[in-house]
Amino acid sequence: MNKSRTRSISLLFQLGGLVFSLLFVSIILILVKSQPLEAFRLIWEGATGNATRISSVLVVWVPLLLVTCGLLSTFTTGMWNIGIEGQITVGAIFTTGVMRLFLETSLSPVLVITISILAGMIGGAIWAGLAGVLKTFGGVNEIFGGLGLNFIATALNIGLIFGAWSRPGVASMSGTEPFPEQFWLPTFQNFRVSIWSIAFAIIGLVIIYFMLQGTHFGLRLKAVGKGMKSAFRMGIPTWQHMMLSFIICGLFAGLAGAIQVTAVYHRLIPSISSGYGFMGLMIAMLINYQAIWLAPIALFFAALNIGGIQLPIVLKLDSSLTGVLQGSLVLFVMISQGVKQKFLGRK
Amino acid sequence: MGNDIILFGLAGVIASGAPIVIAVIGETLTERAGVINLSLNGVILLSAMIGFWVAVETDSLFFGFLAGMVVGALVATIVAFSSITLKQSQVAVGFILAITCRDLAYFLGNPIMGSQGPIMLSTSIPFLKDIPILGRLLFQQSLMTYISIIMIGVAWFWIFKTRPGLMLQGIGEKPAAAYVRGANVQKMRYFYTIVGGALVGLAGPLYTLSVKPGWKGTITGLDGIGWIVLAITIFGGWNPIRAAFGAYLFAFLQWLGLVLQPYMTSIPSQVLQVAPFPLMILALLFVNMGNTEWMERLIASLPDKVRLRAVKILRSMQSRQPGALGTPFERQ
Repeated sequence: MNKSRTRSISLLFQLGGLVFSLLFVSIILILVKSQPLEAFRLIWEGATGNATRISSVLVVWVPLLLVTCGLLSTFTTGMWNIGIEGQITVGAIFTTGVMRLFLETSLSPVLVITISILAGMIGGAIWAGLAGVLKTFGGVNEIFGGLGLNFIATALNIGLIFGAWSRPGVASMSGTEPFPEQFWLPTFQNFRVSIWSIAFAIIGLVIIYFMLQGTHFGLRLKAVGKGMKSAFRMGIPTWQHMMLSFIICGLFAGLAGAIQVTAVYHRLIPSISSGYGFMGLMIAMLINYQAIWLAPIALFFAALNIGGIQLPIVLKLDSSLTGVLQGSLVLFVMISQGVKQKFLGRK
Repeated sequence: MGNDIILFGLAGVIASGAPIVIAVIGETLTERAGVINLSLNGVILLSAMIGFWVAVETDSLFFGFLAGMVVGALVATIVAFSSITLKQSQVAVGFILAITCRDLAYFLGNPIMGSQGPIMLSTSIPFLKDIPILGRLLFQQSLMTYISIIMIGVAWFWIFKTRPGLMLQGIGEKPAAAYVRGANVQKMRYFYTIVGGALVGLAGPLYTLSVKPGWKGTITGLDGIGWIVLAITIFGGWNPIRAAFGAYLFAFLQWLGLVLQPYMTSIPSQVLQVAPFPLMILALLFVNMGNTEWMERLIASLPDKVRLRAVKILRSMQSRQPGALGTPFERQ
């Protein structure tokens, strides 16, 4: 069997997964007495209809891409970093906290923004490191340690918004007092997306790609992921590498949180992570943990998210439909992959 | 606070712990067979919504609960098929389903948000209800709460005292050995995954028809329960009695959060509401710490007398997972 044929069969099965998920969502739409094609068209137009919408897609794409970059590092060492949501949140909290400290000082806004973003990255790394410590020294599976840390991060975030950092007079779900405009990451004129955040995303992707594909460090991470014991015998300090993969992931997640604060919301809000962490986990599965397809797939997911906003406005449907579409896509691709392996007997 | 109010609150803890108890027992059965069903968070939401919907349409609590169980069993079948037959990662499939079912619940539940539905009332048990304290605590509950309490004993007896239960332990612990002794590992894993899933699916409507009546979309407040159930399964050491203790502990902490609210005005109420979640996960730390290498070394370095006691305490808290949990079984 030549290589290109294997690859085209593989692609065929993946497309099969896409078709099945579209079918599945269509059936659901028919069940609620809606027109599937109308809904899909609406999502498509909602994402690409005009320049503002396209820029909104990019606003979602940036944190999604960064988060998934980070997750590729933990997946490489075989870790399920479900704590990613908390890591984004803590990144946002650190960014907000540090920025609040420097608001009244005479430091230049550029410097303040830089320090705040760095603080966010450190915050994310600390939170990811905690999940790693719980795993290595506490024997707590990273999934449950991560979930616990997510809950704590949420409690901390809400506690700050309604407590210490509440708006004078009106503590509410709308978040903390917005920062003055000079502390925002600059955007293109009227659009919501910042060129800086796009630059961060692209640099992040390049870094993670080369780290995992082209460095000895990446190779060692892979060895740890393939099997703890054998990597240990080969002389690779296993738990240290596992911790490092967590910290790298935390840096990316923290950066995503920092961008949410400095470039998107300009304040801390209760759902600051926007579920991007869990979406990132799904994207990582869909791209089979390989960085090469990350940018387009993340763009597709971001487009679905933005396009879905039109559903409640026009068709009175809940926007969580796009979540169903994303989830069933990953599920059907995984199942069709399994079917291929089972019946064609190839990996 | 008067004694009556405390008693009333504790009876409420038993009632609000019921869905968690049932779900934890379901997951315990599944994991005992060696399969992790990680989809719980989505399943509980989806079954809560569909169970409520069916109960509203049919005006029957029974069909509501039944629908919830069917939802749970169906999702569990997907988990079983992709992980047992197709040998895909159980964690991956479960996680995807956890997210997808949650979104599906919010999407499909949109039209019935805020509808009025039937509510399960409590049925007092004659004579027993008049026992002081215990009567109020245990015998003036709803039917499903009684079932949840009975289920703890039944599940414990099934796992530890019957032949099929012994087989169940075998297929989760050493599937190869169980296979040699004539167990159909794959088939039994399917069976326990689906049964466990059905029980988890029962927990959903128990919320929307009894504990927290009604479907209110994202503010129904059930998001996160499924993850806690998974944590309590570990906390309970795959033993239904210990797991039930964990479930009631969680329900108690949630109640405490409500009760303490007026006394702790410096802490925002939202924080007290989510506090039981991290506390439960922290409990895992104590359960698991004894398994780690550094702890073993630390204990070994202790003087004899202290060591014996420390080992005893740690052993009693420790839980060890079924040997083949999460790994597919291959016939050679």
